[in-house]
Amino acid sequence: MGTYLTAFLVGGTICLIAQLLFDLTPLTPAHVLVILVVAGGILGGLGLYDPLIKFAGAGATLPISSFGNSLAKGAMAEAACSGVIGILTGTFELTSTGVTASIIFGFLFALLFNPKG
Amino acid sequence: MKDVLKDPKAYQELVKDKVPKPRLAKNLVMAFLVGGSICTLGQLIQNIYIKFFNFPPDKAGDPTVATVIFISGLLTALGVYDKIARHGGAGTAVPVTGFANSVVSAALEFKREGFVLGVGSKMFILAGSVIAFGVVTAFVVGLISALL
Amino acid sequence: MTVRRGKQTIVYATKPVFLGYSTVGGPKEGQGPAGSYLDKIYPDLTMGAKSFEAAERQMMISAIEMALEKASLSRSNVDCFIAGDLLNQIISSGFSALNIGAPFLGIYGACSSFAQGILLAGVLVDSGAAEVVVAATSSHNNTAERQYRYPTEYGAQMPPWSQHTVTGAGAAVIAARGQGPRLELATMGRVMDLGIKDPLNMGAAMAPAAADTIFTHMEDTGRKPDDYDLIVTGDLGKVGREIVMELAQRQGCDLSRNYRDCGELVYSKGQIDNAGGSGCACSAIVTLGMLFSQNYKRILVVATGAMHSPTSCQQGENIPAIAHAISIEF
Repeated sequence: MGTYLTAFLVGGTICLIAQLLFDLTPLTPAHVLVILVVAGGILGGLGLYDPLIKFAGAGATLPISSFGNSLAKGAMAEAACSGVIGILTGTFELTSTGVTASIIFGFLFALLFNPKG
Repeated sequence: MKDVLKDPKAYQELVKDKVPKPRLAKNLVMAFLVGGSICTLGQLIQNIYIKFFNFPPDKAGDPTVATVIFISGLLTALGVYDKIARHGGAGTAVPVTGFANSVVSAALEFKREGFVLGVGSKMFILAGSVIAFGVVTAFVVGLISALL
Repeated sequence: MTVRRGKQTIVYATKPVFLGYSTVGGPKEGQGPAGSYLDKIYPDLTMGAKSFEAAERQMMISAIEMALEKASLSRSNVDCFIAGDLLNQIISSGFSALNIGAPFLGIYGACSSFAQGILLAGVLVDSGAAEVVVAATSSHNNTAERQYRYPTEYGAQMPPWSQHTVTGAGAAVIAARGQGPRLELATMGRVMDLGIKDPLNMGAAMAPAAADTIFTHMEDTGRKPDDYDLIVTGDLGKVGREIVMELAQRQGCDLSRNYRDCGELVYSKGQIDNAGGSGCACSAIVTLGMLFSQNYKRILVVATGAMHSPTSCQQGENIPAIAHAISIEF
């Protein structure tokens, strides 16, 4: 599942592409991240993201595009079992860690710290 | 000429001339290096979970993501993350570190408005669109795959 | 009697006096070129208050108290309080007004609030409607960031043409009688929109308004740039100032000798890596602190403000801007 070198190269390249969009277009960071998530979802649907994960490991799973891939795969997997309703029940199955962890830690850190600026 | 003040197109040409170019080369190099390094660190963390905590390789992604989110959140709360991100650019924004930072920074900031109306309601003010568009894409992709 | 000259200029017959004035700032401002002129430098952005918003109004009240002290006056002498700031519903000004206790006229000119407040205070005093008017303004980097841009710990990368909101407050006691710098003229600005949409490029958005007000001022008064020791814009930053220089050159108006910008004066080069300072307090602390302490005979302060909101920007609207000019004699 990837090596340190492939993780570095692929992760770095995805970030480089995003930086080009940041600097050369009027798109905001939020817009660019949305594009990456949607791209990840589409590539996931086409079955093209998993080979990238095999090759680059964390270089493909850490970028936000992986979130799109996981959401799409969750939807597709459950749809294959239970039909169209599976799209609704299965979407968050593979990604709940990311969202849950963010909420829990967001709450925790807000309890313990204050913004400094 | 007061003409330029009446001519938006001409004015915008003038502006293009005066606005400094973004430091493209530096930004691209930093984004590549920082983004690559964060992913390499993630790979290391994942390998630790496989080797020492006996996670099967295809399940090790979850604790890795949770760990990276925790570290990013902590750095955000300590007031350090934004200093790194200023230089990292997309290198910090694109990996899930950016997602965690957007949630934790919002949670911290809106604490002043209380935990229900501030922290609770506004936690996803920056990250919400990523979730929304991700889910909508998954829906479309899932629908297409179900109907094919 | 207060009269109008030309299209947009006010002539103050009695030349109201800046009887007392005071400036305060945050740590960054304290370390900058204007730092030694601040009456109080806060060591951090929280200022011991329960929120950044509370800290901002604490600064405004502090500046007002010290300005009144220098004028040997107290709150009960204040006939009217005019103030504006960047926050929604100008809460820094409104809550400060509660503390001051005088009749309150809240204004919103974004970062042009300093000049707008002074010019209106001048009209009240010159017309005899008031004997003592306090004009004040404030801004705080974190309150501006959390309202207009991002949570303060968010890792955003700002382009080199962006600016840094100044943390500070400035207050002036404008009176009918006494010793001090005098307000002799003011030119009210019109809102200008030349199609700039980027809220990070305030300099480009506001430069046309500054140029328009300067040209109108010269036309209305028959003066030339050389009639002033210094012409200074509020917070155009490096990019905006260069644009104004270009616009002036094309207009045949020579600003090359004596034109500066408060946004460039408030921080030294090593303190920031963008185009300079911005915010209501920028023009206020540089003018009342630094500029009032030099040996100028006459200066023109042109404070600039952007009339947008995060909502209007997100809805794809342009960023219109305004600039007001006040001419002060020493």
